[in-house]
Amino acid sequence: MEYFVQQLINGLTLGAVYGLIAIGYTMVYGIIGMINFAHGEIFMIGAFHALIIALGLGITTGTWIPVALVAALVGTMLLTPIYGWALERVAYRPLRGSPRLATLITAIGMSIYLPNQVQLLQGARIKTLPPVLQGGFEIMEGGGFVVTLSYLQILIMVLTVTLMVAFTLIIEKTALGRAQRACEQDRTMAALSGINVDRTIALTFVMGATLASVAGMIFLLRYGVIDFFIGFLVGIKAFTAAVLGGIGSLPGAMLGGFLIGLIEAFWSGYFTVEYKDVAAFSILVLVLIFRPTGLLGKPDIEKV
Amino acid sequence: MTDACTHPQTPLLHVEHLTMRFGGLVAADDVSFKAQDRKITAIIGPNGAGKTTLFNCLTGFYAPTSGRLELNHPTRGECLLERMEGHRIARDAGVARTFQNIRLFARMTVLENLIVAQHNRLMRASGFSFLGLLGFKRYVDAETQAVELARYWLDRIGLTERADWEAGNLPYGDQRRLEVARAMCTEPVLLCLDEPAAGLNPRESADLNRLLTFIRDEHSIGLLLIEHDMSVVMGISDHIVVLDYGRKIADGTPRAVRNDPAVIRAYLGDENDEENDNAMPPKVTADPKGGDV
Amino acid sequence: MTPRPALDVPAILKEAGLTALVMLGLTVGLVGFRIPDGIGASALETRFGAVAMACGLAFAGRIALILLREKRPRRVLFASTAYAVVVALAQAAPVLFSPAATERWITLRPFDSAVVNGMTVVLAAAFALRAAWMEWRHRRFPGIKERDKAMDAMGARVQRATHFFGPALLLVAVILPFLPMVDRRLLDIAVLVVTYIMLGWGLNIVVGLAGLLDLGYVAFYAVGAYSFALLAINFDLGFWICLPLAGMLAATAGILLGFPVLRLRGDYLAIVTLGFGEIIRIILLNWYQFTGGPDGISGIPKPTFFGLEFKRSASDGGETFHQFFDLTYSPVDKIVFIYYVILGLALITNSFSLRIRKLPVGRAWEALREDEIACRSLGINATNTKLTAFAIGAMFGGIAGSFFATRQGFISPESFTFIESAVILAIVVLGGFGSQIGVVIAAILLIGLPEIFRELQDFRMLTFGGAMVLIMVWRPAGLLAHRTPSIRLSDRGGEP
Ligand SMILES: Nc1ncnc2c1ncn2[C@@H]1O[C@H](COP(=O)(O)OP(=O)(O)OP(=O)(O)O)[C@@H](O)[C@H]1O
Ligand SMILES: [Mg+2]
Repeated sequence: MEYFVQQLINGLTLGAVYGLIAIGYTMVYGIIGMINFAHGEIFMIGAFHALIIALGLGITTGTWIPVALVAALVGTMLLTPIYGWALERVAYRPLRGSPRLATLITAIGMSIYLPNQVQLLQGARIKTLPPVLQGGFEIMEGGGFVVTLSYLQILIMVLTVTLMVAFTLIIEKTALGRAQRACEQDRTMAALSGINVDRTIALTFVMGATLASVAGMIFLLRYGVIDFFIGFLVGIKAFTAAVLGGIGSLPGAMLGGFLIGLIEAFWSGYFTVEYKDVAAFSILVLVLIFRPTGLLGKPDIEKV
Repeated sequence: MTDACTHPQTPLLHVEHLTMRFGGLVAADDVSFKAQDRKITAIIGPNGAGKTTLFNCLTGFYAPTSGRLELNHPTRGECLLERMEGHRIARDAGVARTFQNIRLFARMTVLENLIVAQHNRLMRASGFSFLGLLGFKRYVDAETQAVELARYWLDRIGLTERADWEAGNLPYGDQRRLEVARAMCTEPVLLCLDEPAAGLNPRESADLNRLLTFIRDEHSIGLLLIEHDMSVVMGISDHIVVLDYGRKIADGTPRAVRNDPAVIRAYLGDENDEENDNAMPPKVTADPKGGDV
Repeated sequence: MTPRPALDVPAILKEAGLTALVMLGLTVGLVGFRIPDGIGASALETRFGAVAMACGLAFAGRIALILLREKRPRRVLFASTAYAVVVALAQAAPVLFSPAATERWITLRPFDSAVVNGMTVVLAAAFALRAAWMEWRHRRFPGIKERDKAMDAMGARVQRATHFFGPALLLVAVILPFLPMVDRRLLDIAVLVVTYIMLGWGLNIVVGLAGLLDLGYVAFYAVGAYSFALLAINFDLGFWICLPLAGMLAATAGILLGFPVLRLRGDYLAIVTLGFGEIIRIILLNWYQFTGGPDGISGIPKPTFFGLEFKRSASDGGETFHQFFDLTYSPVDKIVFIYYVILGLALITNSFSLRIRKLPVGRAWEALREDEIACRSLGINATNTKLTAFAIGAMFGGIAGSFFATRQGFISPESFTFIESAVILAIVVLGGFGSQIGVVIAAILLIGLPEIFRELQDFRMLTFGGAMVLIMVWRPAGLLAHRTPSIRLSDRGGEP
């Protein structure tokens, strides 16, 4: 039971990372109908930005830690979306209206280019952040096993929930959100009714990248180790989360993220750690085959 | 080219109580009608009446919510279309179709489009590619035959000269006729045409009429024709089914339908029931490629 | 001539300034600082010079683009030519000038990395060319439509030229091992290049013809390699028996994977195949009893020439090649033989793809790529047709994998990462979908060049990714893509 609760907590924090990235996949898919393969790399860049800022401030100990954390968070949320914007501008916008295969290939080209750029600039070896924010509450004990809820995990959950609420509000209440929904429905009509479609799409990428950068920061805090290659696996799993939740659906992405996080945590907790990535992929395949609309997605009847 | 040997009383196609729902929207609501061999049955109705939806159900793109779609193939017997997969409807039941917005293989040549339509026969002749890879004569002969059939239809639609053009580079009207020819190359017993005259000029439209009556008379197959252009509909169809908001509101000969008050009301609204030969104004298709299909 | 409207200088500066600002945002973190490696992090290194240089170049480059847009090429021509020449000289200074002068020239290099400097020179040269074109031809630079036409014509020309230089190329390939300047190292590279040509041709069936984006192609390569190794070691089967078996096993893997996923839309298919590639790798890595885990499998037998081995002395009961033919033993013989094996396999792949294009399946693949819905309405079973493409592609991947296993004598999961799939895909994309000769050219460029010029190695994947993006933006159909009809009516002119 205690072990179960611990895995539950671990799974939820892991799920927060996947969920935040999955929102980016889902939003971009909703608006331009394609998978932004390079989104996982944006997450990786977000983690690097956060690490650079945290180390650059040189305050990873003592009472200044909260300041450093906030600075890293704000910094990565400001710098990383520029990559999201540039990605759309360079790789997607010129190809709007081209055959699907072409867009897919630019997306994959970008997802090869970005990690290699980071590798060249930062080196291939792992980068570490000295542990910050240690300790936590012991919430349960039994059979010699102590369930801890660390401060970090609390921080992660608070951050994630805040962002989710904020973004849901943006999409439901603001003009930008309305423009986004209009573009999802019909881009030509949206353009005719005075919506700046290019800008709306670019902002969607920026929003997705913002969330991914936060996910990167969370990942960095939780594991303390990053390298240029983390975007690949985490990206695929977040994509799985988006598909599981129903691609195109925002609550679905979050739900999918938490589910994937939980599945992964329990899988490694109760079965084998080695095959935990296989579990995620298998879910992806199974969902796509048996329920391509995911849990909360709208059915997508092909128009003939 | 199939010898029709059905009894006159069994219709080629019998649609019974077809209903198709999309969530709350009922695109086809309890539609029943029959279509005969060697006859052109026109399906008309205002925009959004559910005509294309009917075709999509017939050709397996949508699974109907309920209803029975029975096709009596002259040689293969009765087929229940609602239970068949899309490609089997074309292959085994002999139902071919064209699309409201043209779906040619744009980067392939005109001839290739017509050869691809004969895929299943060629596939068998090539021994599922194994014999074909080894260059067996059987396949070479089958391909020659396929080219002959293609040439026959190219002559009918007047594209022999441009057989090696990319289909996407043809003028619009030629693309429309090529799509009809491509469907005919599958050697169907029922040909479903979704607004084949949309976007054509009067001369092209007349050519198309000749092509359709030729197919009906010389190839003895049934045709289902969705059309907004009343001159086409009244000119060549033998039977007309009128849909409005997914429901069948009239069914009969052109003369009967033209004078049916329900039809006039559907097209012109309630207040105007003045009899008029041009009561059903042709839909203005501003953007021929538009439309949701 | 009407006077041209004056340039709106403040607006231009603002636009360029914004570009520089974006560049600043992109570079300030990742370029500006370098995180020290490993645990126990010390202070960050800073590289603000490079950031400033990048922003400056972005500013200048944007101004150049605007000037070109406003049809004022002259200044762009001068400035970018000057830049290209100066940087090129600065880079080449050590070989051109005296040591003292070199000192001074080196300060003119914008960045530390020679490759990055080279890239900026290429970019500047491209600007200069475009400006020169505008200056002297008094013409607008071709728009997308015209460009596409021109590129298609070029693709057609290349394809027609292949009729002549294809056989010549083949001849060179055949006599390659006996050319005077070809040594062992070059021959090894040639074997590698031909392997990738074969993989490229195999993937071209799937991506180029059928339009299915398979990002897990390396999985079939791995299945082939491991099947071969396990069959050869556990059942003591020879190379020529294992090869088709491995191909068949890979094809089966293709069918097993393809069957559930080929109904999916293109981008889902891409990501599922990507996941499949990873699954296979993880399984290989963790199934110790069977695959040896990360240690891999070693001692995979070498191919034999009709039972003759390529060894100094025969194993018991066998005979060696040099003994049989009364030659003196030379270790190069083996590589020459291996080279011919892969050349043969690659040629089989090529003639297979050329033939299958003219068969009903091949045409159906292309038709499916164009419009799946229309295919269904013509009675084509889309799933099965795609499945054949997938399985055939997998088969060639598997055969190439077996060859890889026998050549290396050792395989481990490390050889089968996503990077491999990406490289093969890059070859197909750069060559132009469906273009056989394009694959050859791309493989020579992408595999051969970095092998020969080792300095490029680090930039290899970066360039692949970047090139994939640039080429798709430049021409979505693929660089040299040109489609020749699979059948023509006019060829059959004589008939009634
Ligand atoms: N896949 C679908 N999902 C939801 N609604 C659909 C779908 N296909 C069709 N509809 C709806 O069904 C109704 C009938 O559409 P249909 O395309 O059959 O009309 P139509 O008679 O062909 O009209 P038109 O003359 O404009 O072609 C429309 O309201 C349409 O929006
Ligand atoms: Mg319609």
